[in-house]
Amino acid sequence: MYRYIIRRFIYLIPMLLGISSLSFFIMQLAPGDALTQMALSPDVTEEIMEAMRARFWLDQPPHMQYIRWITQLFRGDMGHSFLWHAPVTWVIKQRVFNSLLLTVVSLIVAWALAIPIGIHSAVHQYSWSDKLLTFFAFIGVSIPNWFLGLLLLYLNLTRGWGLPIGGMTSIDFDQFTFWEKVVDLARHMILPTIVLSTGTLASLMRYMRSNLLDVLRQDYVTTARAKGLAERVVIYKHAVRNAINPLITIFGFQLGGILGGASLTEIVMNWPGIGSLMLNAVQGQDYYLVMGNLVIGAVMLILGNLTADILLAASDPRIRYE
Amino acid sequence: MTLLNKTKDQPEFADNGGALRSPWKMAWKKLRRHKLALAGMWVLILLHIFAIFADFFAPYSELTTDRRRTYHPPTRVHIFHEGKLVRPFVYAYKRVDSLRNIYEEDTSTMYPIYFFVRGDKYNILGVESDLRLFGVEEPGKLYLFGADRYGRDIFSRLAYGGRRSLFIGIIGLIISLSIGLIYGGVSGYFGGWVDNIMMRIAEIIISIPSFYLLLALSAVLPTNIPSDQRFMLIVAILGFINWAGLARVIRGMVLSIAKTEFVAGAEAIGASQPRIIIRHILPNTMSYVIVHATLSIPGFILSESGLSLIGVGIQHPVASWGNMLSEALNLSSLTRYPWLLVPGFFIFITVLSYSFFGDGLRDALDPKSRTT
Repeated sequence: MYRYIIRRFIYLIPMLLGISSLSFFIMQLAPGDALTQMALSPDVTEEIMEAMRARFWLDQPPHMQYIRWITQLFRGDMGHSFLWHAPVTWVIKQRVFNSLLLTVVSLIVAWALAIPIGIHSAVHQYSWSDKLLTFFAFIGVSIPNWFLGLLLLYLNLTRGWGLPIGGMTSIDFDQFTFWEKVVDLARHMILPTIVLSTGTLASLMRYMRSNLLDVLRQDYVTTARAKGLAERVVIYKHAVRNAINPLITIFGFQLGGILGGASLTEIVMNWPGIGSLMLNAVQGQDYYLVMGNLVIGAVMLILGNLTADILLAASDPRIRYE
Repeated sequence: MTLLNKTKDQPEFADNGGALRSPWKMAWKKLRRHKLALAGMWVLILLHIFAIFADFFAPYSELTTDRRRTYHPPTRVHIFHEGKLVRPFVYAYKRVDSLRNIYEEDTSTMYPIYFFVRGDKYNILGVESDLRLFGVEEPGKLYLFGADRYGRDIFSRLAYGGRRSLFIGIIGLIISLSIGLIYGGVSGYFGGWVDNIMMRIAEIIISIPSFYLLLALSAVLPTNIPSDQRFMLIVAILGFINWAGLARVIRGMVLSIAKTEFVAGAEAIGASQPRIIIRHILPNTMSYVIVHATLSIPGFILSESGLSLIGVGIQHPVASWGNMLSEALNLSSLTRYPWLLVPGFFIFITVLSYSFFGDGLRDALDPKSRTT
């Protein structure tokens, strides 16, 4: 098991090299470079441009730029963001917390609701409540996040829900007391959290329902019932535990997408996270920032998948990795 | 032909014998019992016909603008005039507030809706025509779903936009399927170090968050190329991003199929390796591939509309369901002109139909589900 984990970590290095060179190559395809916009400004003389290019190694051939970038990366330096005039690590750090806050809360909401709903649906299979919930699950899975976001924004604005639109905090946030800050943040989070958790909730609920239905058909459940256990014990102690097991893989995938998965929602709901940062970076050809985002997103994805594998092995004794 | 007739005319015989029914027919029979899947299938067929014959169904061409009718609300279709039932008609609309684009019906003038009218010219498959399903006479305007900022008819643009938004899924899928099948087939069949290297490369593609990769790739597209070229490039990007996941699954299936007797048999009679992969191994992955394909088309559609929504996918003035929604990102437009959201409902319906259809198809094609 430990050898397996270590091997997976060693795999990370060639993977990262591949990912970073691929993203570097993609950014090289773009016409012009990060300083092209700057060169259009009449205040910037030719000498300044030359100096800037030399400073950021833009006058070097691409492979030299890449080598320089990758050596810096191993020292924890991701280069300079031209849009923000700040180190990329600093810019990303500013936004990572916001993204994580939103995605983690949404995940918790989704799981906390999906499991009981899924259990209810499976136990009361084909009842009217099951049919209704399954129907809503289909809608929840199929509705695009950003469309749900737009719908909620529209309802919020026209029905007078009075929830804040966009952003993460109010303008006078700094003057609030601690509890006012918490309430303010929570109010800003309501809509994006609903948007982000709906799809996850719906698909998790469907998985939970079908898993539990499968388990309830097993012989050991019949045995448990036959020996006279209360139905509650049969379901919660025997069936549910086994039905949740396969969901661990899904949890791992969700961990992987925890940074990159919310991008479009963040952009539509105007949430100051990594997604909107990435869009700005891409549009402004701020390519160290783009590459930084790609690398961090990829690392999260790989670590998430690894976590999923480990969790699965830990929870299911039938699985052994050499 | 006689075989076909026999199963059709003598179902009791076919049921007893069983051998006369091909797997495809059994699947079709199972699918037909799945009401939601059938409904999804029909909705999809109708939507695609709507998009293919957009020129006929849409009252206006995609690019017809009318600056005097900015954000025109959906025109109400009346069938009663002064208490009498008449042919459907619309009233003329007057802009009463040109700053906030408020329109009022002007009941003094009415424009009956005629069917099979002459409208904007178009060219479909080399046939020039101007025949359109319905329309009203100028200067009347028929905006079933309202108009956008340039006074373009949203209903018409939905039809034309469907050509990109719906077909991007299918074309993108064909690209990623062909790469994924060949790649996974080769990797699984040869195994060993070839397999190892090929899978590591595929894993790199899988490991990059796809939305970031999409953003980065679409941002490097030149902006000054014709819209159809841009469309093809976006499709190519989508196909390129999605092949790796499929390749991995196919490779796993091929790995187990390659050990079976019939492959050994084919090798023994001297079949070439490409022939074995394409003729003998890949067809066995077919039922998985079909289900996977149906369920992954919505992903392509959503990616395209997401990209176009934030302005890096299909560019104006050419319509796609995603870029039609981008006006709704402006919250003051969204609240005043809620009909801008209509394309979103179309995307939603499409995705929903695909998942109903795909679910039914999985039940029908998956051999494991036959026992239950």
